[in-house]
Amino acid sequence: MSMVDQIVPYPKAVPLSMRGPAPTRVVVGYGFWLFLLSDIIVFAALFAVYAVLSGETNGGPPGAALFDKRHVFIETACLLASSVTCGFTSLAVQRRDTIVAYLWMTATFVLGAAFLSLEHSEFAQMSVSGNGPSRSAFLSAFFTLVGTHGLHVTIGLAWLLIMMLQVATLGFRPMVMRRFFCFGLFWHALDIVWIGVFTIVYLGAR
Amino acid sequence: MIDASDAQGQAPGISEHAHADRRTYLIGLFYATILTLASFWVSSTDLIYAPGIPVLLAVLAIAQMGVHLVFFLHISSAPDQTNNFLALAFGIFVVGLVVFGSMIIMANLNHAMMPMNQLMQMQR
Repeated sequence: MSMVDQIVPYPKAVPLSMRGPAPTRVVVGYGFWLFLLSDIIVFAALFAVYAVLSGETNGGPPGAALFDKRHVFIETACLLASSVTCGFTSLAVQRRDTIVAYLWMTATFVLGAAFLSLEHSEFAQMSVSGNGPSRSAFLSAFFTLVGTHGLHVTIGLAWLLIMMLQVATLGFRPMVMRRFFCFGLFWHALDIVWIGVFTIVYLGAR
Repeated sequence: MIDASDAQGQAPGISEHAHADRRTYLIGLFYATILTLASFWVSSTDLIYAPGIPVLLAVLAIAQMGVHLVFFLHISSAPDQTNNFLALAFGIFVVGLVVFGSMIIMANLNHAMMPMNQLMQMQR
């Protein structure tokens, strides 16, 4: 345990207002939580756009004719499994267990990359068959919403790669552990957004 | 685990019992898998009254989001989580305003708009 992590507990008699500032870990976590909530509000706006435009196919194919539920189910399974491996990563990081942490980080990366490649093949297939984002208002809204989520997953994977490098170069110092902690929150939040995507976009397709 | 809760509350994603965490994730995975399978089954079955399917899908999705919040993000209503919980409640409130507000406004506009052929005639 390093010196920076040593937090002297206050006696219960000291009131909250007299205890001074919260430790960095709590402040960082809370700030990142606020960022995640505002990010979810961005997604809420995109969901609202999709809900309004989902019927405006302009003579093009509706969602039910374009989406393959089995494909979406595999994507969902990848993301759910990666959420759990991400949780196991953060447990290993808390124990400062380098080898186990690398194992779960790799698993998370592979599952996230599998999700992205499935999504990419779906997008490519739709674009090639003439059903790209410019085909109808429905497809514009679809590519914006699902694409924004995919972009977030891409950023998450880049972040994970950087964390792998930082464990190798910097080790489990408090700064690196806080970044891991924020990455975990980010990854779990993306999975929550995906629940909305697969329910509203894919399963709710008419 | 360091007990930071004595200072000024606790950050999200940190649970009180570090030793029980692996099990927590597995329980979360179990519930989430069941709810996901249920969603996919509901969307493709003929056994359920068709107009009820969207409602059932919404209930399953909200339940799964709850499972993820509790078991993966470790959000709870514990006293040291008050700040996180309040922020979450406000976030859900804004999400509701944005989504349902937009849908109601757009449905109203759509309803109040002149039919397209009349609009075209007026523009001539």
